[in-house]
Amino acid sequence: MSTDGTGALDLAVDRVSVDLAGVRLVHEVTLTAAAGQVVGLVGPNGSGKSTLLRCVYRALRPAAGAVLLGGEEVHRLAPREAARRVAALPQEHTAEFDFTVAEVVGMGRLPHRRGALAGPSAADEQHCAAALDRVGAGHLAGRGFLSLSGGEKQRVLIARALVQEPRVLVLDEPTNHLDITHQLEVLALVREAGTTVLTALHDLNLAAGHCDLLYVLAEGRIVASGPPAEVLEPGLLAEVFKVRATPVRHPVTGAVQLLFDRLP
Amino acid sequence: MPPVSSTTAAAPATAAAPPGPRRIPALPLAAVLTAALLGSLVCAVAVGSAGLGWGQVLRLLGAGLTGGRLEADEAAAYAIVWEIRLPRAVLAAVVGAGLAATGVAVQAMVRNALADPFVLGISSGASVGANAVLMFGAFASLGVWALSASAFVSALLAMVLVYLTARTAHGLTPLRLVLTGTAMSYGFSAVTALMVFAAARGEAARSAMMWLLGSLGGATWGSVPIAAVTVLAGLAYLARAAGQLDALAMGDETAASLGVDPDRLRRALFVVTAAVTGTVVAVSGAIGFVGLMVPHLARMLVGAGHRRLLLVAPLAGALLLVWVDIVSRTLLAPAELPVGVVTAAVGVPCFLLLMRRRAYAFGGGR
Repeated sequence: MSTDGTGALDLAVDRVSVDLAGVRLVHEVTLTAAAGQVVGLVGPNGSGKSTLLRCVYRALRPAAGAVLLGGEEVHRLAPREAARRVAALPQEHTAEFDFTVAEVVGMGRLPHRRGALAGPSAADEQHCAAALDRVGAGHLAGRGFLSLSGGEKQRVLIARALVQEPRVLVLDEPTNHLDITHQLEVLALVREAGTTVLTALHDLNLAAGHCDLLYVLAEGRIVASGPPAEVLEPGLLAEVFKVRATPVRHPVTGAVQLLFDRLP
Repeated sequence: MPPVSSTTAAAPATAAAPPGPRRIPALPLAAVLTAALLGSLVCAVAVGSAGLGWGQVLRLLGAGLTGGRLEADEAAAYAIVWEIRLPRAVLAAVVGAGLAATGVAVQAMVRNALADPFVLGISSGASVGANAVLMFGAFASLGVWALSASAFVSALLAMVLVYLTARTAHGLTPLRLVLTGTAMSYGFSAVTALMVFAAARGEAARSAMMWLLGSLGGATWGSVPIAAVTVLAGLAYLARAAGQLDALAMGDETAASLGVDPDRLRRALFVVTAAVTGTVVAVSGAIGFVGLMVPHLARMLVGAGHRRLLLVAPLAGALLLVWVDIVSRTLLAPAELPVGVVTAAVGVPCFLLLMRRRAYAFGGGR
């Protein structure tokens, strides 16, 4: 990609502010992700996580600032061009039309397809089958997407993101509504995807265990950032989440886990 | 005790197999539908009160196509075949294809399985214009074109009104579009009802009713080409946008992440739908059911992917409407039934039967 200083960074959010219906929801947020890093975005409900993520995959345009992918401004790229560099798992559940799993995954090739009338090529189909196998969902290809369980759906959507061949993968609460097995499975798949990842997460222990870097968002502003062990300290958590957090060491894995109760 | 057959032992294994939706390959189906459509057009030309034989009809069609010679006493029959029945059958096919295709587009555009081309206020808007002509002789200077022109212009005006009202700073949101269109429809319908009431002439009210339920009786070679060109152009646009329609059907966020600008696509779809539906309504009245149900029918057969859907749905819509028109003009001949009555009578049982027979996730999980 580009050879300047930002070239090594796959994703750079540079002083981005976002307005929705005249209200500023995100204030001058700056964050970066180096190639291959898994970066977590944590914060209370309504802190602006989803709004910020939507700017990265172009569902929203920031009021100020810029989102840079490999040094290039996302909102200056053609939509298809941007979609070849950044894929997303939005928090969106539409259940009107019964696409098959193969059709849903095939949509990931849309930004790569040449000629509007061209259907999926043989190479596209191979790509999709390989991606489904990679997330362990090859046997689901012929199923209706709406008939899948929550965990199966997320796996299929990860496969769709993979066939987009993005450099950056954006996930909005990918573990929502999943049982613990599937939460861990989805995060492992995301790690294995090998792309740079920016993900919003609610569960702070999951965030601590699966992210290289965390950013804490509160009322639309970044209030802390760094490695999870440094960021998730009781003082900050009391201030941002209004909870008392007690770090304990996991007796088996040795990882630091947080226990929560209400502030006294 | 009955003997235990080997099939009962195998039953649990088949029951455990994952239920994949059964789909018919789209290309062979499209080929069959095309053949059926061509055959049906010939049927539509052959069937009627003038009592022409099949052989004669085929010979007259052939003569018209190849410039063959006619017997002296066949001029009247030739006129019936080429000037009355054929344009009517072709118009039925064009209207059916147009309504089915725009139905597919509108359902994806507002992401609502209950939407049809008329949900955006277009048919009720066109009714106001058509009834102004039927009741009060508006635009009399346009002659035979007054009805179509007035219906078309008022359909477009209605859609512009709905568009401007539904628009927000964030573009056109699906729910606002549907709600605005529905609310406007009630308004337009009230205006139409008021006109029928104010005119208070039995015959005028009857023709207004006929128009509201749709009729292909006015088909001429003057109206068919305009409708056909508009419908084909609309189909070409939609076929090109098939992949984008898939993405839009999954949601605006998903569409954006796949490189499709949902607002821009929705605006374009709105214009295309307005042009096609406005034209179709202008030449045939407000024919219901086709635009709502044929898309679902096609989805049951070939799935929700828009490339296949936009191939099959227009053919199925054309086939349906050709037969509906045959029934509407022969069942109570010489009287004609409104097309809308027959689409419902033929389509509703077919649709319900198909929905029961096939595992179809209709607007939600199963």
